[in-house]
Amino acid sequence: MSIHNDIRITDSTLRDGSHAIRHKFTEDQVRAVVSALDGAGVEVIEVTHGDGLGGSSFNYGFAAVDDITLVRAAVDEAKHAKIAVLLLPGLGTVTDLKAAADAGASVARIATHCTEADVAIQHFGAARDLGMETVGFLMLAHRLDPAGMARQARIMVDAGAQCVYVTDSAGALVLSEAQDRVAALVEEIGDEAEVGFHGHQNLSLGIANSVLAVNAGARQVDGALCALGAGAGNSPTEVLAATFDRLGISTGVDVQGVLAAAEDVLRPLIPKLPSMDRSSVVQGYAGVYSSFLLHAQRAAERYGVPAHAILQKVGEAGYVGGQEDMIIDVALRLREELERVS
Amino acid sequence: MKTAAIVGPGNIGTDLLAKLRRGQHVEVRYMVGVDPASDGLKRAADLGLETSAEGVDWLLARPELPDLVFEATSAKAHIANAPKYQEAGIQAVDLTPAAIGPLVCPPVNLGEHLDAPNVNLTTCGGQATIPIVAAVSRVTEVPYAEIVASVASKSAGPGTRANIDEFTVTTARAVETVGGAKRGKAIIILNPVEPPMIMRDTVFCAIPADADQDAITASINEMVASVAQYVPGYSLRAEPQYDPPSDDWNGQARVAVFLEVRGNGDYLPEWAGNLDIMTAAAARVGELLGQSHVYS
Repeated sequence: MSIHNDIRITDSTLRDGSHAIRHKFTEDQVRAVVSALDGAGVEVIEVTHGDGLGGSSFNYGFAAVDDITLVRAAVDEAKHAKIAVLLLPGLGTVTDLKAAADAGASVARIATHCTEADVAIQHFGAARDLGMETVGFLMLAHRLDPAGMARQARIMVDAGAQCVYVTDSAGALVLSEAQDRVAALVEEIGDEAEVGFHGHQNLSLGIANSVLAVNAGARQVDGALCALGAGAGNSPTEVLAATFDRLGISTGVDVQGVLAAAEDVLRPLIPKLPSMDRSSVVQGYAGVYSSFLLHAQRAAERYGVPAHAILQKVGEAGYVGGQEDMIIDVALRLREELERVS
Repeated sequence: MKTAAIVGPGNIGTDLLAKLRRGQHVEVRYMVGVDPASDGLKRAADLGLETSAEGVDWLLARPELPDLVFEATSAKAHIANAPKYQEAGIQAVDLTPAAIGPLVCPPVNLGEHLDAPNVNLTTCGGQATIPIVAAVSRVTEVPYAEIVASVASKSAGPGTRANIDEFTVTTARAVETVGGAKRGKAIIILNPVEPPMIMRDTVFCAIPADADQDAITASINEMVASVAQYVPGYSLRAEPQYDPPSDDWNGQARVAVFLEVRGNGDYLPEWAGNLDIMTAAAARVGELLGQSHVYS
């Protein structure tokens, strides 16, 4: 979708970053961050509960402020940037999407597990009917080989997606694994749609994977200020901007401006930034959906079992994005096992 | 004893036939489809049923009409067929998402709708979770209930996939109207893991800070036993989990209930508990309707 630049950065501080603060962004915080990102030339800013429209719930955590209020504030604040929203079919609905469009959101990002693209067909259709730009997310991309990813991307494009992302939700893809998936998507859908890459820092590879993705033909890349995101966080937007600038790949983002947005605007708002601690590295290593992290920590406190052990089991069981409820179940089983042993 | 037809000889119709034949109050006479090459029709014919690939018009032309019809086709087909059944005086048990008649869950509200011309079985997630919401709401106020249904990807057919919003919207409505929660929310997750995962459901209910936890747990255990009468693989994975009141929850406390729904493996595989609980609930409705007029 980038007309003037080589690639387009979408900043997800106010969506994926929402996981890291348990979905407690206030309207003032959203305004401050949007204003800073917009001023730095970021073209797309995503604003939603971490789990997308309709995510506010027992299972994923209740938001401090509802999505539509935050989207409206973001649209009001942005002078140039487009405001994007995330929607996970099975959780959010077309009704939610219409409300977001009415509030001024102009990019619909529709996310499914990497093997389940066909559940999003109705939502891509609805988004296009609403006049929104459409982006598909194939999540937990490490669970499916490049050829399989390409087939799923094809389903999304046929349904109306204008870009499909290789979404490394677990931060588990290692270098060529990211590159090969992007290349497979470019080959399958490249004539009709763009390809994107969404990275996490669980194995510290968010930036490196993003560079390889762009080398393989990706034209949209996600980041978050100060890496604020699920697990060990996202590829830091300010580092993406600096790195691509050094590579001579234009993003339209002013490096000094976005460094200031990260350092002076976002950082003071966040009590505890994500880090590559034992639990989040286990997420990358065992291939666990990044947003499970804080839920696992809470279950660990409640049931007296280690968070990294819960996450390891969750990875072995093959749970997918959205199955946060299974974390409590796994914690209960682990506690039983520990009690039997002792 | 009532006589019945099954319309839709696919996996669901075939599994339902096996369950109804084990019961005592419904005699399935007819299996109806639209495809002469259907395996389901052939299997039903081998079992001695009258079968036809000429659709509902064939059924309605039988000299002896059935008392009940079980619709295992699609919402679109049922919307077309329902008025014909009603005109012919045939009571319809609808397994599709058409939701023309009242949403029913056998151990919760079927008694209120025994004479309805058309009853709808809501959704698989609804059949699995609404009994639990009702078990809590009969003990204490439930201002909000949320259900999460996780099913194997292989068990989610093209109809579900093409209109997944229908699942969340209909189930949420039934959590309120049948389950008794003031506000309901429903979430569905498809998981492709191999071997396929057995259906899992989680029910979260907001409850007052001073709610009687022992009474709620007892009510839940009683309800699980009621559902297990017709879905033997319906069980709690753990004791109900109580969380103290939280500011995040408007000062309310929370009970969380973790369920597993293992299918009976009649025709559908055991892991497809989401499909099994629909056919089991339909068979249960048939049995109860079959009994209900014995004494009248």
